[in-house]
Amino acid sequence: MKTKFVSLVVAGMCAAAPAMADLVIPNLSYRTGAYAPGGIPYADGFNDYFALLNARDGGIGGEKISVPECETAYNTEKGVECYEATKGLGSLVYNPLSTGITYQLIPKALADKIPLYTPGYGRTSAANGKVFEWVFNYPANYWDGASVAIKYLLDQNGGDLAGKKIALIYHNSAYGKEPIRTLQDLAAKHGFTLSELPVDAPGQEQKSQWLQIRRDKPDYVLMWGWGVMNQVAVQEAANIKFPMENFIGVWWSGSENDVVPAGAGADGYKSLAMHGTGMDYPVYADLKQYVYDAGNASGNGDQIGSVLYSRGVYAAMVIAEAARKAQELAGTSAINAVQMRDGLEALEITEERMAELGLPNFGQPFAASCVDHGGPGAAMLQQWDATAQKWNLITGFIAPDQEVLDPLIIADSEAFAAEAGITQRCN
Amino acid sequence: MLYREAGDFKTTYSEDSQTFPIRFDRLGFYVTLLVAFGLVPLFINDYWANAVFVPFLIYAIAAIGLNILVGYAGQVSLGTGGFMAVGAYAVYKLMTSFPDVPVLIHVLLAGGITALVGVLFGLPSLRIKGFYLAVATLAAQFFLVWLFNKVPWFYNYSASGQITVPQSKMLGFYVTGAQTSASAKYLFCLVILTLLAVIARNLTRGTVGRKWMAIRDMDIAAEIIGVNPLNAKLTAFAVSSFFIGVAGALFFAVYLGAAEVTEAFGIQKSFLILFMVIIGGLGSIFGSFAGAAFLVLLPVFLKNVLVGQLGWPTDLAAHLELMIVGALIVGFLIAEPHGMAQLWRLAKEKLRLWPFPH
Repeated sequence: MKTKFVSLVVAGMCAAAPAMADLVIPNLSYRTGAYAPGGIPYADGFNDYFALLNARDGGIGGEKISVPECETAYNTEKGVECYEATKGLGSLVYNPLSTGITYQLIPKALADKIPLYTPGYGRTSAANGKVFEWVFNYPANYWDGASVAIKYLLDQNGGDLAGKKIALIYHNSAYGKEPIRTLQDLAAKHGFTLSELPVDAPGQEQKSQWLQIRRDKPDYVLMWGWGVMNQVAVQEAANIKFPMENFIGVWWSGSENDVVPAGAGADGYKSLAMHGTGMDYPVYADLKQYVYDAGNASGNGDQIGSVLYSRGVYAAMVIAEAARKAQELAGTSAINAVQMRDGLEALEITEERMAELGLPNFGQPFAASCVDHGGPGAAMLQQWDATAQKWNLITGFIAPDQEVLDPLIIADSEAFAAEAGITQRCN
Repeated sequence: MLYREAGDFKTTYSEDSQTFPIRFDRLGFYVTLLVAFGLVPLFINDYWANAVFVPFLIYAIAAIGLNILVGYAGQVSLGTGGFMAVGAYAVYKLMTSFPDVPVLIHVLLAGGITALVGVLFGLPSLRIKGFYLAVATLAAQFFLVWLFNKVPWFYNYSASGQITVPQSKMLGFYVTGAQTSASAKYLFCLVILTLLAVIARNLTRGTVGRKWMAIRDMDIAAEIIGVNPLNAKLTAFAVSSFFIGVAGALFFAVYLGAAEVTEAFGIQKSFLILFMVIIGGLGSIFGSFAGAAFLVLLPVFLKNVLVGQLGWPTDLAAHLELMIVGALIVGFLIAEPHGMAQLWRLAKEKLRLWPFPH
């Protein structure tokens, strides 16, 4: 019985390899589990943008793009399996949309020489290209987000947060813990008190945390949440009548899925945003013509234009631009992962280029370099309007406080370099 | 015909009491070892190692460990994930504190540390049993995970609470870290598993194992015939936790490379290993292997068939996979409540008579 089973497994796996395409960009997505509300729109946006490039331009530089999808369920073991299953296809870059999986893949990517692109998530100190040759996290990272949120609050309070109380409610995982050290340093610098409230995964149970918020009455609450945790938190905040305009989530806690369930109670909730949202961009006309109307929309096609769909589009756009850059540098259209890395490192996204792509003012312009894998790190703030069911941008791009962040990034990346025995580059 | 005993004469006591008294079985065992050590490492690649073999070997160690406690000594435990976490964090602290010591020694030391913790949490078993003990071990699970998440010393004050394994070499080959080759990973786990399985097999059929089984079958009767329950229960917890600790250490250091306690060693890990033991067969070393193989291979196999071969959407395949695995477990336990080990035993009985059943 066992041998028969093993031979079946063998048969299954031999048949598993899809046809080799020219540019392979795997999509490690999660459409199941507690984080599916975030995973589905992101994966759809990611797939649809590449589908558009294939249908409209015939791929990138004449090479078709293949986007094999692999379900990770936000689980690190499945993430490893997906990585191993797809890397043999000649994958150019990985974008796993999970901080836990990213941590797992950083050493593997280094050994296999395949770059990782983790916009707005992953290991923050990967912004230091001197240490993390194969990891890119522009345009912004968690510490940027924490700093931008505090800068916004400083702005609101006339530049002074002394004596204020700020609570951080966070997903009790690598992801949620990332901003703590930055916020502690910022608290010391600006004189506010920080209280930390962890929420255990998946985050459906938050009664005690919000009871504590009700008792402590912090002036502001920041949130680092993901998946179902977000909507529960917004609902709980509404239940205890916490003033929603003083409740700010990171960019992963600011999608429609997070606020719609709380109904009118969510009105005024704010979150960070690292790119624009909505369907007012010219690229959607092309998407409609080449992808949606052709019946090729990814998933159910019901996520189009949402915040996380836009983020999937943004990540795909950056990867596509980097691939184009890589083709230009390598002088060949059939690039490999090493050439892709060079493209990612030489990438420059300008206002003009985004306008050409049909995404004017969608994100911040940036230019990567050997040292700088993290981008400028600026972010905007958006606010939810429950009657119009719409996110409105309420600020322009706010730059983070590099004075606080740079030493933190250098300390953390140097600790990694020492642990992993990496010699610094770009000298 | 295949499992014949006829003509297989035993002339010494040691021959009579060997692990595989039937020659065919013995040959099968040696062939399996030969293939596992000699053939597989030549052909293994990263995918097969990381998706199939290494998790199977590590889960098999954990399943043997839990089987000693649940199957042989009759003490229910839901703390497996927590004890694996002890092994993982112990090996991490040891490897970062003493980088020059070979990793094999660290792995065994991590098992020893887990054994101590296991004995500590096994103390309630002297007063409570059954469901009450299950609840006490559940407390161990939650406490240990909370501890490793809460106290920054355990993860060397890293910003995110993640632990990442340092690179280390043995006999000139990398065995942990990203540079490790697929065959090195596989062989490292295989050697440890083989050693531990032989130890477990011999423990369970010797004095210690008989004491455990006596306690399992009827603790009062066992006490009357002279089995010390304190001794028997605590040795069961110690040996079981040692195995589970080694499994946890390998799970983090060799398989994952980086881990986060809530995600990698949560309550679902405890249940997964308990399911392996129940499906494989309580009180059977072979059952631990079979259960681990079933629950590691089946999801990977289904995924490859549904997504790779049939080209279904990944979310549909993932949902179906859960349903199929669940249905198979239920169906399987209805058909054979004593697990795959019993199925194997029956198959052997049949094979002895085949092709002339009377």
